[in-house]
Amino acid sequence: MAMYYEKLRAAIREGRAVATATLVSGPGQPGAKLLLWPDGSTEGSLGDLSLDTRLLADMAPMLIRGESRLIEYPEPGATVFVESFVPPPALFMVGGVHIAIALAAMARVVGFRTVVVDARSAFASGERFAHVDELVLAWPDEALEGRLDARSCVAVLTHDPKLDDPALRVVLRSPARYIGALGSPSTHARRLERLRAEGFSEAELARIHGPIGLSIGAKTPEEIALSILAQIVKVQRSA
Amino acid sequence: MHEYLDQIDTWLARGERVAVATVVRTMGSSPRQVGAKMVVSSGGAMAGSVSGGCIEGAVFEACQEAMERGQARLLHFGVADETAWEVGLACGGMIDVFVEPLT
Repeated sequence: MAMYYEKLRAAIREGRAVATATLVSGPGQPGAKLLLWPDGSTEGSLGDLSLDTRLLADMAPMLIRGESRLIEYPEPGATVFVESFVPPPALFMVGGVHIAIALAAMARVVGFRTVVVDARSAFASGERFAHVDELVLAWPDEALEGRLDARSCVAVLTHDPKLDDPALRVVLRSPARYIGALGSPSTHARRLERLRAEGFSEAELARIHGPIGLSIGAKTPEEIALSILAQIVKVQRSA
Repeated sequence: MHEYLDQIDTWLARGERVAVATVVRTMGSSPRQVGAKMVVSSGGAMAGSVSGGCIEGAVFEACQEAMERGQARLLHFGVADETAWEVGLACGGMIDVFVEPLT
């Protein structure tokens, strides 16, 4: 048991994925564990090598999909709980603005890894963002390049086309799950015009949620952060 | 699980034992998804949840028992389940919770 927890804990702390299989009922010791890492390495056993082999074949695709569920094996009559532990998705906030301070705090509670990016040191200061997982002092387009996957969410919040537009160019070419951009309807319309002129298609531009956030009548930076986070959850939970 | 690591480490550093309860199956309406967890210390502290608050009391007791006996077990909670456990889910769903000692 302790060995199992040490391994699981290390994987989670290091931001690596891992799947565990637990014998829930059937022949053997309830609670017996088998662990599988994405590189194919394993640890432990449910006490039946034939079952371990079949289980590992079932676990591998579940680990890739981040899926968890019970599996019944009629032979030898075992019920096994397979659980995938995948690193939390990241929320990238472009712009160390007031809204980002509140959004980072709320997003962390909801389960995101939070990253704030700004090239301006007065904005991206450790004093303002002691509560984020990662604070990046760099040009947003350079900081985001190559870092976005299909679970990433991006909120573009600087209000400054010099910072926002280059960031959006990178984000629109990525598989990011959520893209939101702060600004009034007219600011957003001008932003879309600029990006359109650069050759982005309507389908690509339609990925941007703008003006950002669900319409809840938000006024304060904290309320706007709440509306953005609510929209992100809505997008994540939609099929 | 990542949200409970700091808590678990604190308990272990204090020399307490820890049990973990995990929702392994849900049927019908249920407040928490498969994989939802509640962690309990032998000192009587808890974190997380496996339902909307309906069955946490019973799961807490089962966790204490699992730590004392060093044995894992599967619990079943349903709206009409009066045999093994006297608590049920007000929402009418059914859930299976696996309780295991971590140490």
